[in-house]
This record gives sequence, structure tokens and C-alpha cells, in this order.
Amino acid sequence: MTNPRTLYDKIWDDHVAHEAEDGTCRLYVDRHLVHEVTSPQAFEGLRMTGRGVRAPEKTVAVPDHNVPTDPTRLQGIKDEQSRIQVEALRQNAAEFDIEIYDIDDDRQGIVHIVGPEQGWTQPGMTIVCGDSHTATHGAFGALAHGIGTSEVEHVLATQTLIQKKSKNMLVEVDGELAPGVTAKDITLSIIGETGTAGGTGHVIEYAGQAIRALSMEGRMTVCNMAIEGGARAGLIAPDEKTVAYVKGRPHAPKGGQWEMAVDYWKTLGSDTGAHYDKSLRLNAADIAPVVTWGTSPEDVLPISAAVPAPEDFDGGKVEAARRSLDYMGLEPGQNLSDIEIDTVFIGSCTNGRIEDLREVAKIMEGRKVKEGLRAMIVPGSGLVRLQAEEEGIAQKLQEAGFEWRMAGCSMCLGMNPDQLAPGERCASTSNRNFEGRQGYKGRTHLMSPGMAAAAAITGRLTDVRELM
Amino acid sequence: MEKFTTLTGIAAPMPLVNIDTDMIIPKQFLKTIKRTGLGANLFDEMRFDRDGGEIEDFVLNQPAYRNAEILVAGENFGCGSSREHAPWALLDFGIRAVISTSFADIFYNNCFKNGILPIVLPREQVDALMKDAQKGANARVTVDLEEQIVTSSDGEAFHFEVDAFKKHCLLNGLDDIGLTLENAAASIDAFEAKVKTARPWV
Repeated sequence: MTNPRTLYDKIWDDHVAHEAEDGTCRLYVDRHLVHEVTSPQAFEGLRMTGRGVRAPEKTVAVPDHNVPTDPTRLQGIKDEQSRIQVEALRQNAAEFDIEIYDIDDDRQGIVHIVGPEQGWTQPGMTIVCGDSHTATHGAFGALAHGIGTSEVEHVLATQTLIQKKSKNMLVEVDGELAPGVTAKDITLSIIGETGTAGGTGHVIEYAGQAIRALSMEGRMTVCNMAIEGGARAGLIAPDEKTVAYVKGRPHAPKGGQWEMAVDYWKTLGSDTGAHYDKSLRLNAADIAPVVTWGTSPEDVLPISAAVPAPEDFDGGKVEAARRSLDYMGLEPGQNLSDIEIDTVFIGSCTNGRIEDLREVAKIMEGRKVKEGLRAMIVPGSGLVRLQAEEEGIAQKLQEAGFEWRMAGCSMCLGMNPDQLAPGERCASTSNRNFEGRQGYKGRTHLMSPGMAAAAAITGRLTDVRELM
Repeated sequence: MEKFTTLTGIAAPMPLVNIDTDMIIPKQFLKTIKRTGLGANLFDEMRFDRDGGEIEDFVLNQPAYRNAEILVAGENFGCGSSREHAPWALLDFGIRAVISTSFADIFYNNCFKNGILPIVLPREQVDALMKDAQKGANARVTVDLEEQIVTSSDGEAFHFEVDAFKKHCLLNGLDDIGLTLENAAASIDAFEAKVKTARPWV
């Protein structure tokens, strides 16, 4: 009998293509997602060394990071450098025979939303991309993580990655979430507990009743931010919801292979008694709607709290908190719910899926964006955008005062024209509140889509439960 | 890739914790399709004001540290985005080694692909090296990868751990794609053949 194994152990064991004497492994990569910003140097490397792409059929390309989100992009991208990067991706895809969802294709969108949507993402797979939020795909029980450009080149050329196995970490969220509390609040609260380095060197498996109860969209939100807790990858064991989500998607297994795949997926869950190097347990009932106050995702508190003082922290964090408060223009003791905002951004690979837009529409029902605020919705993909239009959500949100954009990463990282101005304060459904992330000297507060909608209505950080 | 064997150079102190890759190289510089030239914008928003003027108190703008080759940094250095532009910018500026109590995983791996050595040491040793670095340009720190030792300006030596394979590649400046194709190609072929039967839908 073999030792009990975790989900991570099982996927790892099934993908070691080569193990050297010193334990260094070549891990086989089942799916490689490629975007315009972190791939040009990798393709150039292949050309310079005369190497090809080993498995183009396991590779898919989509421009997302710096594409403009206004419809005029179809007449050509104005920013020259962005245009060159997108053109380079197009040329590289053609040269190396890789499928691409270009900016005029309805299937285009943020790579981590497109992968699952098109059925590229499946349980038990290894998935990599030159983007740290590749962790998203872990929601399907796939081992998925971000890599650098040199590794992108390595995967293109060899379909493997040189790896040493990480440690196992278990995060269990028991019980039921209270109304108004979402997957985003779970994942931010976990980072609040562990800190941004708490998961370093580990793969996190999320489990427990509250995780099982989440939709696939919610699970993607949770795994998406595993990287913000320092873990390269997050995992959730596949179940009926996972199977139902994958079924019938364009790249999902077909015919007799479907049954075979489902049988395999059912074996992936962690065995009873499997070993975890580290674990954390939260009670869902203790999780409140949260917002960030500082410039690290670990700077998170319930909306009912007040801005902390630097002296509340220890060690290097004291100076970091002082710097954060100065950057954010906040005073210790100020109520979080008194903080006024200028802008609302709804979108990103964390919260740009249809369920997120439905949540926003529900809170906005019969209400308007506060006069003078800039409020923007950027669907995660062209298909999410179309679905929201079909459901009548898009029209309602536009009437409520939101701008309705084309798909892309947009203001999550401000590589395209969607940026904050210096000092501008944003209620954002994205994943990083780093200095300058959404624009030079821009101030970001991370939160759930419902909380962002509530802030859009009142013009300040607001407890969404007051509007439910 | 340039080899890394030993290095003696000026170490710049950056005690701030959680220095993320957005700080190391902001997104507006990610639109390049090259690996070079990013040093001019290393730590751009901490180093320059909006008009391009130098911010005087930023460590790499101080006369003592303008030619630093080593950073001594607060914990969780390199967190956030996977952008390899971060080590490219460090390298282009002239930084060949970073010392901290911890690094984010992706950044840590990216360093080794570019001839930069990230060194993890316990807190009290990083604190000692931070103090040493704060002495200025005369405080030259030595890093010996073969021996796995960092030596402070007053001769205090600290041993560090490094993965044997990563060390071998860095010492010899090896291209690991070449190594994989050379050493593992047959295994990868065999693996693909096996998966074709076991998991044909993949």
C-alpha cells in the first residue's frame, strides 16, 4: 500500500518526466498559456538558438495585459510600444503554429479567465504561464503557477520545467459564510492571517465546507490570490461542480475520453491521513467583508475597523506601515468606512467573471453611481461581456453610471491607458494594492465586487451589508 | 548567461520589507521586447520624481551606493508579479547579488536564470550585514558561491545554503534549456508516450 498522498503529491507524481540524481525534476507541462508582455524575449531566444516549440497544441496565446479596453482598439492600438508587443505575439503565434485569441475575437480576454472558459484548464493538469496569477487555475485541481520569461522559453522548447517539489500547506475554512461575505473576503482574510510570505515555498490546498460551497468562479477568486500569500500555487480538489463546469467546453475531453477523464479526476482528492507541512484553520462565520488600507495585500481589515497605527506592528513592518499610511494619505484611528474614494474598478482575473458582474448588478439594483465618481467595469473576457449583455446586466450597469469596457487586464496593473492619477483613490476588485500598481501615486483599496458596488453608490468605503 | 563565482563589491542597504517587483521595475517599462536597458529605470518610482530628477535620499542615488553590486534587503524581497524584468533591471544596473531573510519564489528562480545570486540568511546575520552596508562605500562585502560564504567588511563570515543544481548552473554560466535537451530528451519522449495511453485527453 502506498502512503496517503495530497492532491499536490498526486499531480506532482503524475508529471515527473525526469529526475536527476540530486532530486532536480523535469516536470511535464500539460498547458502553457502565453501573453504579450512576458513572452517576446522567450520567442526571440528560440529564434536565436534555432529551437522550436515542442508542443504547440498544448500552448495558447492571448493578448491581455496592455490592450486598451475602449472599442477604438479595433482600429489599431495607439500606444506604439503596446502595439509592437501585441503584434509580436501575433507574429510569434503564427510562426510557431500556436492558437491565438486576438483582440478582435470574442474569446479574447484575461488569460486566466480564457483558459477555464475555453476548457484548456482541466483537473489534474500542470499549467504554467508567465504571470503570477496563474494560480487561478488551481480552482480546478490543476497544479498551476506563474513562471519567469526564461522559464517560458524553457517550456516552449522542452514542454518541461526544472523544479524541486514544494511543501504542502492546508488551509481549511469551516462553516458557512454570512450574507454579504464572499470568496474575495475569504482569500484576503487568509492573507491577513498568514502574511504575504506565509505560503512561501508551499502549495496551498484550500478545503473545508465554505470552500466546497463556493461556485467555480468563487474558487478561482480564492486560488487567484494564493500568490499574494506567497504560495506559487493554490489547489482545490475537483468535485461535481468542477466536472459540470468543464463539460462541453471547446477544449474539454470528448467522446469516450470524457468518461475516462472524469474517472481519473475523481481519484485526485487528498487521501485521509495525507501529510501537510503547515496548516491553518478559519471559521467562515468569523470572516467579515474586508478592505485593504495599506500597500500590501496583507494590510487587510474588516470594513468596521479603523486604520491601524505603525506602532501596532513589529519589526520591519513598523516602517512599512508608516510608509504605507503616508502613501495612502491615511491617519491612524480613522474609520475605514469614512474613507472617500474617487474611482471604482470592477474587473481583473480575480473578479472579472460573470458571477462578479451579477453581484455588482444586484447591489446596484435601483441605485446610481455617486455623482462625480469614475466607475468602470472591465469584463474578464469578450464572452463574459457578451453574456452580461444577454442577461441585461450590461445595460443596467451603464444606466447606473458605469463605463462598460472591452476585455483585458486594464486598471488592475495600468499597463494600458486605464490608470489612476496621482493621489486618486480607487475601490478595486483587483489583487494588488502595491505602490504605483494602478497608476503613479494612485491609491488602491482591494475588496469584493459587492463592496466595490457599495462604494460606488456612497462614494466612500462602505459595508455592503448596509445595502442588502 | 554570465557566470557567478566570487564578487566583492559595495552593498546597499534596503531594509524595507515586502519590496515587490512593481517597485523594482514599474509596469510602464514592461512594454519592451528586449532584456536589456532596464537598469536606467530600476526602482524608478522610488529613485526619480515625476520630472526625472533624482530623489536624494533614495539609497542608490547616494554617492556611496551609486556603484553598488549587492543589495541587503528586508524580508520577502521580490514578491508580487512574475516579471523577469525585475532581475533584468537589477542586472542591467550592476546588481549581482541580493541578501535577505526571504525571497518570493518566482523572483528567486528568475535570479538564477540571469546570473544573479539571491542569498537567504537568518535574521541576525542579515541585520549584521545591513549595519555593515550602512557604513557606505568602504564597506565592501564579498560573496563566494563555490564556498557558499558571505564575508562582511570587517571579516565576519556567514555560510549560506543554495541548491546544488542552481549553484552548478550559476558557477558555470550554463543554459538550462541546453541541459534539459541534452540530459532529459529521451525521458520526455518516453513520458509523452506513456501519457498518450494513460491520459489520452491531455
